[in-house]
Amino acid sequence: MSHEVNDTEVETKRPPQPSPLDAPLESKRMTLNLGPSHPATHGVTKAVAQLEGETVKDLKIEIGFLHRGFEKSCENGTWTQVFPYTDRLNYVSSINNNVGYALAVEKLCGIEAPERAQYLRTITSELHRLCDHLTLLGASAMELGAATVVFFAIEARDLLWDRLTELCGARLTSNYCRVGGVTRDVPEGWIEKTLKVLDRTAEVRDEIGALLLRNRIFVDRTRGVGKISRRDAIDYGFTGPCLRASGEPYDVRKANPYLVYDRLDFDIPVGTNGDTLDRFILRIEEMKQSDKMVRQCFQQMAPGEITLKDYRYVLPPKPEVYGTIEGAMAHFKIIMEGIKVPKGETYASTEAPNGELGFYLVSDGNGRPYKLGLRCPTWGPLSALPFMTVGGLLADLIPVYDSINYIAGEVEQ
Amino acid sequence: MSKAVIDALVGRFPAAVHDPYVGVGGDDCAFVRRESILEVCRFLKAESGFDMAPYITAVDYLGQTPRFEVVYNLYATKANARVRLRVKVGEGEELPSVTSVWRGADWFERYCFDMYGIRIAAHPDLRRLLMYDEFEGHPLRKDYPLRGRQPLLEECEGPQDVVRGPGPANRG
Repeated sequence: MSHEVNDTEVETKRPPQPSPLDAPLESKRMTLNLGPSHPATHGVTKAVAQLEGETVKDLKIEIGFLHRGFEKSCENGTWTQVFPYTDRLNYVSSINNNVGYALAVEKLCGIEAPERAQYLRTITSELHRLCDHLTLLGASAMELGAATVVFFAIEARDLLWDRLTELCGARLTSNYCRVGGVTRDVPEGWIEKTLKVLDRTAEVRDEIGALLLRNRIFVDRTRGVGKISRRDAIDYGFTGPCLRASGEPYDVRKANPYLVYDRLDFDIPVGTNGDTLDRFILRIEEMKQSDKMVRQCFQQMAPGEITLKDYRYVLPPKPEVYGTIEGAMAHFKIIMEGIKVPKGETYASTEAPNGELGFYLVSDGNGRPYKLGLRCPTWGPLSALPFMTVGGLLADLIPVYDSINYIAGEVEQ
Repeated sequence: MSKAVIDALVGRFPAAVHDPYVGVGGDDCAFVRRESILEVCRFLKAESGFDMAPYITAVDYLGQTPRFEVVYNLYATKANARVRLRVKVGEGEELPSVTSVWRGADWFERYCFDMYGIRIAAHPDLRRLLMYDEFEGHPLRKDYPLRGRQPLLEECEGPQDVVRGPGPANRG
């Protein structure tokens, strides 16, 4: 690892001094290393800041500390074995990753999941979006000193996770989707319990909003900080809340509707200033919209199948596997060789809580992905971090770091 | 709508843009020659409004010549149009950087260099992105093994002592 220390800067900046009492206070540049293990970075990222006093003069971001070889591992497993890997990308909202990947594979295969599965995918995606925004609001408030908020946020998040545990089997890494549908249908009474949890989440959300947005210190630390204009944001490849806070109303759910988003009635909050405060307010507003969407889905969802009945892509049910020859053959083929995705390539994107999550898939007709490229939603904001923070104070770096909501799992794949 | 864009591209750069096709799901795509990719991207941004480059990646088609393919997925915010450009790059050949067109392409090009070894010309800061600097090889190439071993690195020296300034000869 190379350490950047500029000795020459120090030497040449010393002016000739007539007398010690008249000497101006010289400012030396200090190199400050934030990270890789640092409580305020949301994951392992190294930021090397060159400071003059408290002003950040230069910032270099280094990533790669959590690189786990996601893409290479996926190339060595079958198409279905990729789902647990996708869970661990944005590990705070894993169903969104599952859905994104499932939709990309289904696009390449030319199949569509049944309607109930689409509703279930939408519901769980929005619930995990709530979890992601709660985690961010809690964690960033804690880093800015508002320690109460994180306990409220975690309470609501835990209730949501309890519901998701009933449905998927795990709190965090859900592994819920499959190519052609989802794994489990909702248990008895789940919908009523989830509605109660949504009511409690709405209360918590309003309390967080009141605690933060009327807090003078929080507002002072985030207003006007980390501003980025709409044109610059688009140029840097921002998507999601960071882009919408700068004024560009781009949301994949409206621009290119997938699943059942075209049947739901929801708004896209758009900010005006493009600063950190806008990004936080926007996420609180998005939580309101997600709540609305889940309730509508519960009303609209009809009983039905949760997976396609196409045994080229979906495992047959166990009675058929053990009872019929075709079922046994289909099961064997899918497990041993993997789903045969037709040869070709495609790029499919969905709206993850952090922005546009895209998958570029290349298939050579076999059961394993030839190439699986992940478009991480937060590479744009993270690479624009020097642009947003240079010239500001060191203390302003932390709110900006938080508001981007980069999750190390998806940044470093 | 993007089909019109591709047709305009083929009309404007007949030598550089070839084999347009409609991909699975209705994506509009075309192949572009390596030397002209910068011109084509500039044209798309200035004339057709493709102001965002959400994803640029590379694929290793081991066994084909040219071996690599760099894929540019572009998006026009006002028109809500998407387009995909595929550029074939051989081993050892250089690709011009498009960071002068979209600043966000920076990290994607560093990723292509880091993972595949595709050199990008005129890039502001071409160094490894995800792997550490002393890593040998390019991991996502098809001939790099899944569990490749790397040589052990020596401990590197810590930063020189800046605070004390120049001192005795053997310390300054």
